[in-house]
Amino acid sequence: MTMNFSERADRMDVRYVARLARIRLTDAEADELQGQLDDILAFVGELKRLDVQEAPPTDDSSGNRNIWHEDVPRPGLPHEAAMALAPTARHGQFVVPKIME
Amino acid sequence: MDSREMVELDVETGLEAMARGELTSEAWTAALLERSAALNSRLNALTWQAGETALAEARAADAARAEGDERALLGVPVAIKDLLNVKGQPCTAGSAILKGYTAAYDATVIARLREAGAVFVSRTNTDEFAMGGSTETSTYGPTRNPWNPDCVPGGSSGGSAAAVAARLAPAALASDTGGSIRQPAAFCGVTGFKPTYGRVSRYGCTAFASSLDQVGPMARTVEDAARLYHVIAGADPADSTTSPQPVDGDVAALRDAHDLKGLRLGLPKAYFAEGLDPEVEQLTRAAIGQCRALGAELVEVDLPYSKYGIACYYILAPAEASANLARYEGVRYGNRAEADTLLEMYENTREQGFGAEVKRRVILGTYVLSSGFYDAYYSRAQRVRTLIRTDFEQALSQCDALLGPVTPTPAFRVGERSADPLAMYLGDIFTVNVNLAGLCGLSVPCGFTSSGLPTGLHIIGPAFGEMQVLKIGAAYQHATDWHLRRPADPPPDADVDAKTK
Repeated sequence: MTMNFSERADRMDVRYVARLARIRLTDAEADELQGQLDDILAFVGELKRLDVQEAPPTDDSSGNRNIWHEDVPRPGLPHEAAMALAPTARHGQFVVPKIME
Repeated sequence: MDSREMVELDVETGLEAMARGELTSEAWTAALLERSAALNSRLNALTWQAGETALAEARAADAARAEGDERALLGVPVAIKDLLNVKGQPCTAGSAILKGYTAAYDATVIARLREAGAVFVSRTNTDEFAMGGSTETSTYGPTRNPWNPDCVPGGSSGGSAAAVAARLAPAALASDTGGSIRQPAAFCGVTGFKPTYGRVSRYGCTAFASSLDQVGPMARTVEDAARLYHVIAGADPADSTTSPQPVDGDVAALRDAHDLKGLRLGLPKAYFAEGLDPEVEQLTRAAIGQCRALGAELVEVDLPYSKYGIACYYILAPAEASANLARYEGVRYGNRAEADTLLEMYENTREQGFGAEVKRRVILGTYVLSSGFYDAYYSRAQRVRTLIRTDFEQALSQCDALLGPVTPTPAFRVGERSADPLAMYLGDIFTVNVNLAGLCGLSVPCGFTSSGLPTGLHIIGPAFGEMQVLKIGAAYQHATDWHLRRPADPPPDADVDAKTK
């Protein structure tokens, strides 16, 4: 059986995509995921056979558009309550490793 | 009334007993807490029990009732899926990355239950971030099916389903992104209801796939599910995807549902195709026969695109999940893995905080949204979603609701599908389309296999057709007693290796 390009399953570079997703993988994890994701991509690739030209995309099914609110302040989470959840905070601010040398 | 009788009460009988002065919320809550403490090591349905705070809420409810208060759920103990925020309680979504996190606010559905007088008695186990169909991917370990502890309870709301089935709570809240209320309800022999997308606020519900997630109830009867549904449903300014359409009907309207005369119910041919377990098929067909006996007219309907639902879902849901879960980076809340640089901190935090299924889906979602593949996968799946919606619109223009199985098989054994994610995904075949098309769906118990596992009848209604679906479910339950069956308590020596921490 011959497949044209659009029907061929894509092969993901798992290590590269994991870096985009900010997830570190061990070599063993990456190898296992590669096989599983190849299978999943081959399966979901069946959609490539469908003609979807006439179908507009569905973002969500609610049909809601442009829900407006009055431009008035509403109570939100107090600053202290939000900061209390931070893994590391100092002087009411989040602490992260330095990003500049 | 002794505590053994109290744990058997459903929401309706509990409310009646409290109204007659034969039961206090405090005693009911204490009985459920005691039973939960005794059974949870074997079922692992709960991730946390409220203890003293629940008893305090119960006492407040009893005091209010003594003053004449008759709110809809006053003093009713409810279990909550561990991804809905209840202020002051843990909210982990079954993930290591949120272990130790305490909710700073109430989800809208929780605020509404609280206003109606409910007591928040426990939190229920879930697949990590609701990603799974078995409640095995939770950082707390797998939940066990009360009908057979060697089997999974389904997922992702397996903890809520198991808790309701095992009499740890009369009702629970859960969430359904691709079947996560209906499938575990079917596997555990309880009633599970997924309202239409937009019917119930998602504010404070830990996000998985925002165009598909919907919160709904699990209970032992359709009426009880409706009691919770009517409290939580309706527009919410904090969730602009909620519908402004008023919520119709009430529980009283279901009491008189005794026949299905005048209703046309559609049977999707594709739902009885190859791959359906013969016992599940036979039990589903028997339930459909019961609906005909109750007066419904049955018609066959075509859903030509429904077979593409799984492929469509497993592009869209991971795509949305990869965006939603970007927020877990160790900066603002949740757990952090320390590192010398910011990038390493992100990577280490997410390596250590996420389990295998979440990593798999976030990576898959990142891929289908990435430059060069977006059109081929994500954009195409959005268009296929439209074809699936149109399919259901056409089918539901010929009938009032659709009937079919909820799951292709009964509950499977713990571990059976863990190594094969695709096999797990295919179990969602009958449920995902309801989310993709934005419809409502109900699972009601409709029999037991020869090995004693429950199955569910799936009742699918049009968008905002909640009352129609609930009436069909209520009429079916008034004519059957499958929903009244109860699993035996697991033996004390049940071999459960569930991790507790």
